[in-house]
Formats: sequence, C-alpha cells, structure tokens
Amino acid sequence: MDFNDPMLALSSWIGQIGDFGLDLVWRFIHIVVTLWHIVSGIFESVESYAISLGLIQKYSSIDIEKLKCLAVVVDIEAARDVSKVIELLQWLTTIGVKQVGLFDSQGLLKKSKDMILEMVPRSVLLQETGEKHISPDRIALEFISSSDNKEAVVKAANILLEKYLKSIHPENGVGENVFTESHLNEALRVVGESVHVPDLLLVYGPVRSHLGFPAWRLRYTEIVHMGSLKYMRYGSLLKAIHKFTGVRQNYGV
Amino acid sequence: VKSFITGSGSFPTFASLNSQLRILVLSLLPSTISDPKNLGTVLHFIYLSSGEGMGGGIRQLLEQVHRLSRRSLFRVLSMGPLPTHLAFIMDGNRRYAKKRGLEDGSGHKAGFSALMSMLQYCYELGIKYVTVYAFSIDNFRRKPEEVQSLMDLMLEKIKSLLDKESIVHEYGIRVYFIGNLGLLNDQVRAAAEEVMKATAKNSRVVLLVCVAYNSTDEIVQAVKRSCVEKADRDVERIQLVDIEENMQMSVAPEPDILIRSSGETRLSNFLLWQTGNSQLFSPDALWPEIGLRHLVWAILNFQRSHSYLEKKKKQL
Repeated sequence: MDFNDPMLALSSWIGQIGDFGLDLVWRFIHIVVTLWHIVSGIFESVESYAISLGLIQKYSSIDIEKLKCLAVVVDIEAARDVSKVIELLQWLTTIGVKQVGLFDSQGLLKKSKDMILEMVPRSVLLQETGEKHISPDRIALEFISSSDNKEAVVKAANILLEKYLKSIHPENGVGENVFTESHLNEALRVVGESVHVPDLLLVYGPVRSHLGFPAWRLRYTEIVHMGSLKYMRYGSLLKAIHKFTGVRQNYGV
Repeated sequence: VKSFITGSGSFPTFASLNSQLRILVLSLLPSTISDPKNLGTVLHFIYLSSGEGMGGGIRQLLEQVHRLSRRSLFRVLSMGPLPTHLAFIMDGNRRYAKKRGLEDGSGHKAGFSALMSMLQYCYELGIKYVTVYAFSIDNFRRKPEEVQSLMDLMLEKIKSLLDKESIVHEYGIRVYFIGNLGLLNDQVRAAAEEVMKATAKNSRVVLLVCVAYNSTDEIVQAVKRSCVEKADRDVERIQLVDIEENMQMSVAPEPDILIRSSGETRLSNFLLWQTGNSQLFSPDALWPEIGLRHLVWAILNFQRSHSYLEKKKKQL
C-alpha cells in the first residue's frame, strides 16, 4: 500500500496532464473552425454585396412564380427587433414574393402583428379563404408560433376523437376510420390553422434548425440558413431565392 | 536472405511471407550462395511475387494506423459535448450509381457499406442513438422493379443481422424498425420483427431504421392510437403527452443532428415532429461518398452551437 499511493498519485497526475493536453488540442481545433467560418463569412459578404449591386448576371432575373409560399423563421432574440423584420419584408415585397409566413417560437411577432402590417406597404393578413383573392401587387402575411405546431395537432386530434366516438357502432365497438392524412388536414383547417406547405424556409438565427415550425407543413420545404437577422444582406436573400428556383424535386419517386 | 530482406526496409519480413513464399525463398538460397550476384534478382523476384501478400500486410498496417488516428481524433472530440442521437437521410445512391456508370442496384449496395462505416464511427464515438431513413412511403411510387430490388436488398441485409457474428451482437445494438410496417411484404415484415425481438436485450447502442416511414403518417398513426385508447377508456380529451407517447419514435430522444447527404436542403417528410431543436446539415457528398470528415465537421459545428440549442430547449 505504501508503494501504491505514490503510483496512484503519479498515474492520476499523468491522466490530468493528458486530459489538459487533449483539451488544448480540442480548443485549437475549434479556433481553426471559427477562423474558417469568419473567412467564409467574409467571402459571402463580398458576394452578397456584388449581387445587390447587380454585378453578377445570373441573379438579375429570378423566376419568382416558382416561389408560391415563403416562410421565414426568426430566432427569438432577433424577433425582438421588429424593425429588422419589417425591412426584410420590404425587401421581399421588392423581389415580388406573394405570400410570407413569419414564425418565431414564442409568438413575439404575432404580438407585433398590427405594427408590421402597418409598416410594410401593400401588406395584408392572410386569411384562410383569402389566398385566392390576393391582388398581384400585394403581399399576404401570416403569423405563426409554436402553438400552431404541436398544440394545433392536439386540437385537431380532439376533433377526430369526437368524430370517432360519434361513429362507434354500439354492437361491435368499432368506429369508422377517420384517421388518414386528409382527415387530419381537414381537422387542422377547422381548428383555424393554415395548411399551406411553404416551398422555401429561410432561417434567421445562429443555427440551421427549423426551430419548431409547424411539422405538418414542412414535408418538402427547402430549409436554408441565412445567418443572423441583425446582419442580414439583400444579396444573400436573392441568392437563396435564386438557388431555390433551380431545385428539382422528385418527391421520393 | 532474411537479414537482407528486413534490412532494406521496403521488403516484408521473412515471417510475414506466407508459407508458399517462404518455401520459394528457401529453395532459391542455394543459387544465391553459389553466385551472390543472383541475390538481387532473387529479392526482386520475391518482391514482385509477394505482391499480394505484401499488399495485404501493408493494407492491414494502414488500417491499424487509420483506426488509431481515428480513436485519437474521437478522444479529442469527446472533450466537448457529443450528440446523443444522430439521424441520417441516406440520399444519393442512384445518382452515385449513375455517376460511376454502375448498374442500377449497386448504388444502394454501396450505400449500405457507407452506412456500416458510419455506424462504426458512431459506435466508436459513443453515440447512443442512430436513426436512418431507409425507405419512405413515397418511395413505393417508384418503378416496381426498383421497389422490388430494394425490398430484396433490405430482406438480405435484415436477415444478415440475425447471424450470430453480425455487427448487432458484436456491438450490442438494439434495432427498431419504425414506420408503417403493414405496407411491407410479409417476408420483410417478419424478418424485421424477428430482428427486433432478437435484439431486444441489447442496450449499448440503439439503431432505428425507418422503413415505409413518413413523418405525417407517423403523426396520423399516433393520433389514431391515442384516439382508440381514449375511446376504450371512455375519456373524451387527448393531451399532448398522449400523442407524444404514441409516436413510434418515442423510444429515442429527439435527434441532436440530422445529416442529409447529396446537398439537398429539405427533410422529405422525415422526423418533422422531432427535429424542432435539431441542427440540420446537408453535405454535398452523395451517400455512398459520405465519410468520417463529414461526421467530424457536423460534430464540431454541433459543439459550437450546443449551448444555444440547450438554452432553447429549456425555454419551451
């Protein structure tokens, strides 16, 4: 035992040095990754500036007809700065987007709905029946939060439960099959949810994640990370929309 | 001869030559003793003829070096937070086959070996849950021959999991097959159920294979199960926890990272409900081309945004 204690101390000391060394290597690798992100960020800024000046030919005309419904997911911190959101919407109006869904998980944008509708020229609130009546020079806005995601599905499920319970035959205890995707779709409409599937989802936040956007609507949506809202760039927006118009989906076939 | 061979450094040791080559070397000894100038020719001859043996030896050596450097890299990565659950959309097998000019089914076979390497890396890193999107309900709309060959490949691979020496028993993997299994043909479904039963006791790693799966279908099935449960118990209200419990993916926590190969940026109806807090990656490589570097890059970026995602999880 007298011999073991110094050995144990030595081996734990060596272990600590080893861990310290590994930690240093880990931090060094992360510094390199951060540098890479900084450099690629600089390149993107330069490219975006060139695009907004109209210097790059291929972005000068965009086939906006392909983009029927655009969704924008905003990180909560960014959603507090409503002026930036308004500026983004003004850019989208200029580009010619017809329908925009604005999402932030806590519904901060929903609270500022009236201000946004006032400040964005030619904007109108998208109502369920209204989408066919949007005149060409207007932009229809929709405000979404996480209550429109899982909680909405719960509400729709309760509608289906009611239907199911009503349809149970008293003899065999079996109800009709009200559990198909179209039934749930219809139930979500009844609850007041929009079931439009956005073609493109732009994420303004530190991480590329859809941050809880209504799952039912995300099936084939292209999800693009745009960086932070505070430093948003018009050129990057054009580039993302242009790239989307070039995507060809085969829907699993 | 032995000392000449080992001394020069670029030749294999006598011991590493296989028995036939050793006999060859020994039989050539008399001629080298009689005329030492022949030694060079003999050694050159051995070098050429042991091409396969030496190649095999060097390949093994390289593999060991790879494995060791991978282990050290993983040791460094584990200094930061590691994901618990990784999800993969294995996209690009057909494009790979076309790109390489291979015949139609071989893209998927190449994809399967890419999957096995990915699983090995995840196991070595200590990632407990791995989910893969093997076959979507939408894929049933492909040409019947293609669907059939995919089903055959799946049956073959699922059956191979039942072997005693297969990867699932070696690594202690518990396998789940998630999806609308009723849409599969009887053989595949039976094999899948057998594998699930056989691996039910394993607990080191959990592999969730999504076949005949669609996220919207999963949600509808969960709603259906909750409704039938509630109807049986005469309760008139469904809560969120009921639906969450009845989701097939409830056996695993939410994915931390979702990687879709081939550069496409959509989720294609995969884990839509579960990825609210997941980081999404779309490397440009086609699935059979995916490698360690993509996984490491994804994990490094995950480590950078880990604290943000944790904060977000606590907020809701």
